[in-house]
Amino acid sequence: MVFEKLAALVADHLGCEVEKITRETTFESLGIDSLDTVEMVMELEEQLGITIALEEKMATVGELADYIESLT
Amino acid sequence: MNFEVIGTGHYAPENVVTNDDLAKFLDTSDEWISTRVGVKERRICTTETTADLAYQAAMNAITMADISPQELDLILCATISADDVSPSLACTLQKRIGADCPAMDINAACSGFIYMLETAAGFFERGTVKKALVIGAERMSRLLNWNDRSTCVIFGDGAGAMVLSTGNSYLSSKVFAKGNTDVIRIPQMHGMSPFYKNEAEEPYLLMNGQETFKFAVNAMTKDVQEVVEKAGLQEEDIAFVVPHQANLRIIDSAKRKLSIAPERFCSNIERYGNTSAASIPILVDELNRDGKLKDKDKVVLCSFGGGLSSAACVLEWKVR
Repeated sequence: MVFEKLAALVADHLGCEVEKITRETTFESLGIDSLDTVEMVMELEEQLGITIALEEKMATVGELADYIESLT
Repeated sequence: MNFEVIGTGHYAPENVVTNDDLAKFLDTSDEWISTRVGVKERRICTTETTADLAYQAAMNAITMADISPQELDLILCATISADDVSPSLACTLQKRIGADCPAMDINAACSGFIYMLETAAGFFERGTVKKALVIGAERMSRLLNWNDRSTCVIFGDGAGAMVLSTGNSYLSSKVFAKGNTDVIRIPQMHGMSPFYKNEAEEPYLLMNGQETFKFAVNAMTKDVQEVVEKAGLQEEDIAFVVPHQANLRIIDSAKRKLSIAPERFCSNIERYGNTSAASIPILVDELNRDGKLKDKDKVVLCSFGGGLSSAACVLEWKVR
């Protein structure tokens, strides 16, 4: 469920089809840098009503979704 | 009764350091720095001291205000990079300009300038001062680890000043702090006490960029909304927003969350980098000297930084 929300945010940020975002897609391949990631995480914090501390870098959309899922 | 601004000034060291200059000794590039931070070049001191920067900025503001330094009743400096631990930068500057009044420094990191306006407003409110000189001056280059490409490319040196006189320009304000030592920290010099057992740390800036970004965007968005509301205004009444120039991406992100027109957000980070407490008065002086600020314009200043601290205020601009 977190993955779907995150994928929708990523697609919205890039203006592309959500189907193009898979769990294995890397942020780097999408041209998304660390500050873009924070902006999306801040959106998710609002949607989910939680605080997400960014301690380590996540390479793929799936890894970040799993990390956020582990906090909820 | 509080104050109005009767003079502004700024000064930056002559030495211009471009992103390409940094790429000569760091694994970085103009493209990386421009897109992540929004800085193209910054001024870095070679022989100037923090007091030299503060002095030039102060004299530019005093000249515009058309007063003599002897008329000053108060000197406040916002800085985290004064030349000496003691005397304060404000006292060093006082000696240079020849003023006869109380003088002190304020440390609220990048939020220092607005914390200082809030302090000055208190002096004016009590009627104990009629003219005050407020200065944000930083030689950030002294506090950076020049081997750390994630931080040293962001900052620059400079100073900005304002001369304040009795008036009613300070419409509303907010000063905020949330004690935190992980996100942004600059350790002090270790010293040489033979008795102190703790391990020495390098006295250079440490920053968690992602957490800084989060705090900054949230603080800027919330603080601007709050001071506009406290002043009894709507977001569309605001002529200019002068945000602390920390990172263009922070300003862009907050811009999208606020309903103030995007072209009203001011920026000069591409030429100076992040000059900490000096960034707001440098930018206000540039706007003022370019004739952009009109009489009765409502101008929002907002800042955020180490502490973690944040602050914002609404000024009603007075053209003299």
